[in-house]
Amino acid sequence: MIIAEQKPLKEIIKNLEGHRKILVAGCRSCVAICLAGGEKEVGIIAESLRLYSDMHDHLWEVDEITVERQCEKEWVKEIKKIVEGKDAILSMACGVGAQVMQEIYPDIRVVPGLNTSNMGAPEEQGIWREKCAGCGDCVLHLTGGICPIARCSKSLLNGPCGGSQNGRCEVNPETTPCAWDQIYHSLKRLGKLELMEQIIPPKNWITSHSGGPRRIVKQEAILTAEEKAAKGGLE
Amino acid sequence: MKAGSNLEKVLEAGHFAVTVEIGPPKSANPESVRHHARMLKGYADAFNLTDNQTAIVRLSSLASAVICLQEGVEPVMQMTCRDRNRIALQSDLLGASALGIKNVLCLTGDHQTFGNEKGAKNVYDIDSIQELLIFKKMRDEKKICGGEELEEAPKVFLGAAENPFADPFEFRVTRLAKKVNAGADFIQTQAIYDMERFEKWMEGVRERGLDKKVHILAGVIPLKSVGAARYMKNKVSGMIVPDSIIDRMRKAKDPKAEGVKICIEQIEYLKTVKGVHGVHIMAIAWEEIVPEIVKQAGLYPRPSV
Repeated sequence: MIIAEQKPLKEIIKNLEGHRKILVAGCRSCVAICLAGGEKEVGIIAESLRLYSDMHDHLWEVDEITVERQCEKEWVKEIKKIVEGKDAILSMACGVGAQVMQEIYPDIRVVPGLNTSNMGAPEEQGIWREKCAGCGDCVLHLTGGICPIARCSKSLLNGPCGGSQNGRCEVNPETTPCAWDQIYHSLKRLGKLELMEQIIPPKNWITSHSGGPRRIVKQEAILTAEEKAAKGGLE
Repeated sequence: MKAGSNLEKVLEAGHFAVTVEIGPPKSANPESVRHHARMLKGYADAFNLTDNQTAIVRLSSLASAVICLQEGVEPVMQMTCRDRNRIALQSDLLGASALGIKNVLCLTGDHQTFGNEKGAKNVYDIDSIQELLIFKKMRDEKKICGGEELEEAPKVFLGAAENPFADPFEFRVTRLAKKVNAGADFIQTQAIYDMERFEKWMEGVRERGLDKKVHILAGVIPLKSVGAARYMKNKVSGMIVPDSIIDRMRKAKDPKAEGVKICIEQIEYLKTVKGVHGVHIMAIAWEEIVPEIVKQAGLYPRPSV
């Protein structure tokens, strides 16, 4: 899932200045799970904005709505009637959701309410950890199911650097395990330590962002012109 | 001979080699590098110019290496993967070779959050093992990483670093083997204070016959004070400083003299370790002490080869 956290309220308020009719739009997907932009957070932030407006005579009109997924235009289109007449949308989705919102409503300013951090997973209640860097060329089969690109501070591919001590990464020893120490122990458990002997050659980063913005095409899933026309008629 | 550098010749002739580190200044003024090169000339077979060590912005290792050449001493140019992608690394290697630099040390590099540009975007396009692979391919196959042929290959003696004190310890010999297989001609180790662990590592190295395939130069750092010893024990990742060393430094009337004494004892001992082919002296910001250490350790004058 995508992990995000709320921007400081001060920053959100500063970014909304000059607008009056504001819609706070949440998302029920990843950012709801990581307690950053779901219905509950939308309620809190909307109320905070109303209070701030009252205290400063801003005359803000703050409405709120939470959609199923802001990254899919079908869901975003559903709130058209609520969006109409607004002059700003505070998107409480990840950066993807905020961008889709802007695409669907190009004439209304979309302001991000969250800082999108990474692709990760909940570790325990209240803690989320990055797991994947989306490099487009997965090596988990070589590394005991632990990603060195996302989880090693230096994205090393051939084992731990000289700073790995007591299983911790030198960059943040208190919070970050050394990914290569974890890989070593995972491969040992799996009886695959010989994989640590292999030299992994320089990576092809084209599949990562180094090849420019990425696009995946699944030909068989693309609708024909007729199918698109038929679907358009239904909307 | 791969590059015909003085360091390569000394090692190939079977002499116990000495390399010494010179830290480039945080300045555009070349005088400190010139001064150290002049002062240390004759006390080592080659001199390492660090590459923005601990991610601190400094005079570049390439420029510092050229200054050394101008002063008639042989450089080992350090090249970290932190700040350059494979295009820049290969380009700098060609440039270094064209300028007469014959020894290169391949390093992943300290993370930028340790330095004075914490917000820098790091590169780490390749790691040090891949850097060795690429440089060896350039030298031996006259090809760049992407496969294109070079008109003229760089002539370099390739080095790498290894830290016997990082974890997981069982992997450290394997990591050395990977560096050797990737193309390392010589290895400089992290500073050694924990001789027991170093010996254990060397045992593993000899078991795999790696000491026959690569020249290992054992790293030493002369201590100036008990504070420096404690700092290295507590703050420098991947370093083990035993309490016995800290005790000696604490009890010493003249800590600097004690530091030199410890360093010389270490070198004397390292000379007896099978498979160790030399020492790498890192007198961080204390380069002045190096002649005394080299002389007292019985390593002066350096052989002429």
